[in-house]
Amino acid sequence: MSIKEICLKINSLVRDLDKKSINIMEVCGTHTMEIARNGLKQLLPPEINLISGPGCPVCVTPTIEIDRMIEIIRNYDITVFSFGDMIRVPGSRSSLAYEKSIGKDVVICYSPLYALEFAENNPDKNVIFIAIGFETTAPLSSVIVKRASDKKLKNFFIYCTHKIIPPALEVLLKDKEVRIDGLLLPGHVSAIIGSTPYKFISKVYKIPGVISGFDSEDILKAIKMILIQIVRKKSKIEIEYKSVVKEEGNTVAANQIREVFETEDSMWRGLGIIPKSGLKLKPDFSEFDAKLKFPIRELSSREPKECDCGNVLKGLKKPDECKLFAKSCTPDNPIGPCMVSSEGTCAAYYKFYRIKY
Amino acid sequence: MCLAIPAKVIKINKNIAEIESLGVIKEVDITLVPDARIGDYVIVHAGFAIQIIDKKEASITEGYWKEYLEEQ
Repeated sequence: MSIKEICLKINSLVRDLDKKSINIMEVCGTHTMEIARNGLKQLLPPEINLISGPGCPVCVTPTIEIDRMIEIIRNYDITVFSFGDMIRVPGSRSSLAYEKSIGKDVVICYSPLYALEFAENNPDKNVIFIAIGFETTAPLSSVIVKRASDKKLKNFFIYCTHKIIPPALEVLLKDKEVRIDGLLLPGHVSAIIGSTPYKFISKVYKIPGVISGFDSEDILKAIKMILIQIVRKKSKIEIEYKSVVKEEGNTVAANQIREVFETEDSMWRGLGIIPKSGLKLKPDFSEFDAKLKFPIRELSSREPKECDCGNVLKGLKKPDECKLFAKSCTPDNPIGPCMVSSEGTCAAYYKFYRIKY
Repeated sequence: MCLAIPAKVIKINKNIAEIESLGVIKEVDITLVPDARIGDYVIVHAGFAIQIIDKKEASITEGYWKEYLEEQ
């Protein structure tokens, strides 16, 4: 089916809706970026409102976590490895990038494997990998922690901020302010966890969910599949991204997560503390936990003043409804994390819808 | 962040595979996809293959990646 044919089908489905408008939330930051980059909103009829959810790990990491990382860097002689997105996110008073600029040993890496390799080759240095990301990335952290354990490394640690997606979706679906009629579910998180963990969305909340791939055709097709369910008054979890996502997911990777991590309550920017939505190392692997190895004092944090990232992450506000957007907050000088991350909703708006500003 | 790209497996040595994507050859870890064989297409995320995909889909997605890289 060509993009034109899918759009025509979407248009005809919209005519059969018994609602004036429907809200479809895309949960994944990569989807947010693709929708903006390819102008997909403009291809859809005005009745369909695409809203962005909390699907960017950097964006949902609260300021206090960044402050704690910085406090560790300032108080201990360590080398920190981080994914690139993370280092520019402002904490209350500094950022990893600023710490690097004043001489702290902060290294940007593409893979956690580099951090492990560096620790092995430099036994005299303490190395921390900032483990951030959803279920897509957590199995990678599991593998390197197990390897560090097998190799009996004493100088390798992870600062774990991994989070898992399904509990955050439940919070959004329970929130009376957020009105969601359908969910575009993340492709690569689902490559690991499969479709089963989302069943509560259709069973309890009676909302359709479709796991989507990442090109325009995939995303539009998934939107079409959601609309078909809405028109037929059905709610089930379907997979559009069939070539990569199996119903059972990647069981090897999911087992890696279970072997090394257990869930804990976790703070999400904009959403608050969500029960059992974070991952922490199991007691067998606690010797690799940077939070235990490098204790710090209690910190008080402040979220950036007037920054509306919290509401943007819940889909309650569009980036251009934030006072700071495209004024004091830009990708070159970001104030909130949604502008920092290349997959943040504000960055997507700034880059692709800025014709208005 | 959950960005991942398709690549073809061209060599395997224990848990390390040599992969090719858009003409670039790189080594990735295949611990998470122990069933990967030479000739398979895999999805690569941060130095690890995280899932095996079918060849037809890989070439479609790869087309999209080429487009993306040309724009950058």
